[in-house]
Amino acid sequence: MTVTLRYFAWVRERVGKTDETLALPPEVDSVERLIAWLSGRGEEYAYAFENPAVIRAAIDRKHVPAQTSIAGAREIAFFPPMTGG
Amino acid sequence: MSAVTPTVRVQRDPFDLAAEARALSQGRTDVGAVVTFTGICRGEEDGTPVVALTLEHYPGMVEEEITRHAQEAIGRWPLLGVTVVHRFGRIVPGEDIMMVAVAASHRQAAFAAAEFLMDFLKTRAPFWKQVEGNSGRDWVEAKQIDDAAAERWRYPYEEREE
Repeated sequence: MTVTLRYFAWVRERVGKTDETLALPPEVDSVERLIAWLSGRGEEYAYAFENPAVIRAAIDRKHVPAQTSIAGAREIAFFPPMTGG
Repeated sequence: MSAVTPTVRVQRDPFDLAAEARALSQGRTDVGAVVTFTGICRGEEDGTPVVALTLEHYPGMVEEEITRHAQEAIGRWPLLGVTVVHRFGRIVPGEDIMMVAVAASHRQAAFAAAEFLMDFLKTRAPFWKQVEGNSGRDWVEAKQIDDAAAERWRYPYEEREE
């Protein structure tokens, strides 16, 4: 499955890019498995995702919990807790 | 009654709070209350001077998320109009960051819906603030008190006792 990943705020700074399109292996089928898989891709990812509990995720622009399946996702975003308002 | 469509704008430029509020009641006689909230950039945070805030956002998602919550407010309270404007980019102390304006026939619905929208904007709208101080930049950390404020709306509001 090929998916576009987007990163925001300090997740973006740590990963060192705003977005990328990656082909995911079939066993990477949930948001939490994707985080674990990304963490193994290099130091910058390991740093960005060192504390998965604080990472928020959205699939196709909707907030989702970490256990959510990513089947059919086109765009998955990772970011810290939001601080607007 | 269900014909209320929220106005949601995410923009770099400043906004005119008075004009936005006036637009909610202009040309109609059913509006009896307009409540507005304005978020303003402070010049100091916990005793540390703030040079500027920079707001990052997730284009597309942020408009959808705010609209979703505005529609939820319209479903919960008898509202006659909702306007949310939120800025992004670099904002200096004293400048407005965002505004919410809610119109209703009576004040209770307008106050409650404005507070509901603010609590959800804080925790669910994909914006991130970075503080520029005299010695560098830091991302603002989310506050637990904001999560708690949003959480209380998950109960039917009729059951809340103040």
